[in-house]
Amino acid sequence: MIERSAAAHPAPSPSGATPFGQILAVAADAGPAVAFRNVSISFAGPPVLDNVSFSVAPGETRILLGPAGVGKSVLLKLANGLLSPDEGSIRLLGEEIAHMGEEELFALRSRVGMVFQESALFDSLTVRDNVAYQLIGERVPDDEIDARVLEALTFVGLADTFSYFPGSLSGGMRRRVAIARALIHHPDLVLYDSPTGGLDPVTSTTIVELIMKQRDVSRTPSILVTHRLQDAFTLSTHRYDAEKGGMVALPEDETDPGTTYLMMEEGRLIFDGSIHDLVHSQDPFVKEFLE
Amino acid sequence: MRYAVFEQKPISSLVPANRVVLHMFDKTAKNLVLTIQDYSLFSYHAVRNLFRPPIYWPEFLVQSDVIGFGSAAIVLLSGFFTGGVLALQSAATLSEFGASAMTGRFVSLTMIRELGPVLTGIMVSGRNASSMASELGSMVVTEQIDAMRALGVDPMRKLVTPRVCSCVAMLFFLTIVADAFGIIGGAGVTVFLNHQDGTQYFSKAWEALRYPDIIQGLVKPLFSGFIIASIGCFYGMRTTGGTEGVGRSTIQAVVNASVLIILVDFLITRVLLSVFPPL
Repeated sequence: MIERSAAAHPAPSPSGATPFGQILAVAADAGPAVAFRNVSISFAGPPVLDNVSFSVAPGETRILLGPAGVGKSVLLKLANGLLSPDEGSIRLLGEEIAHMGEEELFALRSRVGMVFQESALFDSLTVRDNVAYQLIGERVPDDEIDARVLEALTFVGLADTFSYFPGSLSGGMRRRVAIARALIHHPDLVLYDSPTGGLDPVTSTTIVELIMKQRDVSRTPSILVTHRLQDAFTLSTHRYDAEKGGMVALPEDETDPGTTYLMMEEGRLIFDGSIHDLVHSQDPFVKEFLE
Repeated sequence: MRYAVFEQKPISSLVPANRVVLHMFDKTAKNLVLTIQDYSLFSYHAVRNLFRPPIYWPEFLVQSDVIGFGSAAIVLLSGFFTGGVLALQSAATLSEFGASAMTGRFVSLTMIRELGPVLTGIMVSGRNASSMASELGSMVVTEQIDAMRALGVDPMRKLVTPRVCSCVAMLFFLTIVADAFGIIGGAGVTVFLNHQDGTQYFSKAWEALRYPDIIQGLVKPLFSGFIIASIGCFYGMRTTGGTEGVGRSTIQAVVNASVLIILVDFLITRVLLSVFPPL
């Protein structure tokens, strides 16, 4: 298995407005979207994360694997400044956030899209208001909000749920609305926390296709937390075909070079590399997990 | 906001009983001090947000409607029947001293100075501190609070500050409603059950009132309103442990808010009586 050449990829996107479905270029010298350096955190007990270091390059999709309870979601919350580390440094979009105040973080977080494990949609708001939550806060005119919400919902294939309440949507639809909410502001980084957890295989494939679409069309760097190997490998072995409007398999000996893997075991990062390195790893835990 | 929690270490069965008790006392005392510290910081942030934009004015109106209009019925009824009970109970005792004409004075002073504010606080606490704790607690356990923060919105500004301010304002007016209906309830009992003169009742009720009585009655709900909303939001926002945790937070919010209302009522009464001594 060889990695797909980087030249075959459209260039990653820069920060700023990126209309859905439009391919943009990125500055080649841009720094990492996220960089962890020796990060540790604990909550009244043994460390949840212990000396974790990794980075996410522009346009890169990092898939964080590991069994339940090893600290994957905590890592994602640290990356977005929702938690503060006990030790270490975290750089988000070029700024050190490990000890940044909440007020400053709000501005930075508005450049990051986050999809939560159970969608975390606001039950009392319609799908339109959920997706437009950030735009409403910024006092964007209603007409523009409606247009952008419709665009985001069309991107996830749920344009007809505009005025529904989250309670009337299925689990898969809620995840897709959550993805639309994370992407409406054209984020510079997307964090997916187990977006396919608890979903049936068909719905999971739909979600994976959306993540792939965002990766291949907008080239937004992202971290995807999952414990489903099938979803992770699909992202490496497929690409989104804009003309066909769906994902297509890469040739048998090719994988997506921008999609790389991290694996955690009991708060420690035990693997960081490509899919090729992952499947050939001699680490007993990695081998056991893959089997 | 992260809260410190002390690690619970198992204590060996070989440790003497007095050491176990001492350890538990130590842990409980430290947790109590930490809770008070967290609550103080929480309250400070809730109030500070009033003076720093963005301020979510529509949320203030929504919460005023929920707390004020939503609680009006229970406050009105509880005030009315409490006034009635006061008139019933006092008339019998006062008549022994030939002072049954003082029923109006007794009911109005008791309602305005004490029972109106406390009763309203307890009733609104049961309804709103619980709803705030459970609503915010549910949002915490379903990660809606984290989602709000991730979307660049401060949950303290959006959820807590409007509830605290609306509750303070609405409890002020609800207490006036409770006082008014308490006096009317007392009048109803005096006229229709005790067969006394209504005009005498109202004139005695009016004559007895002094400004310090009214000040005392209207200062208390300001504190009660703050306690109800801040305690309800505080326990809601620190919910852990899923749906079971939401239930626990709700109970803690109602119990602590109710006890604090009575404690603060005692302290305010003591202070105001020294400022405005009775004639």
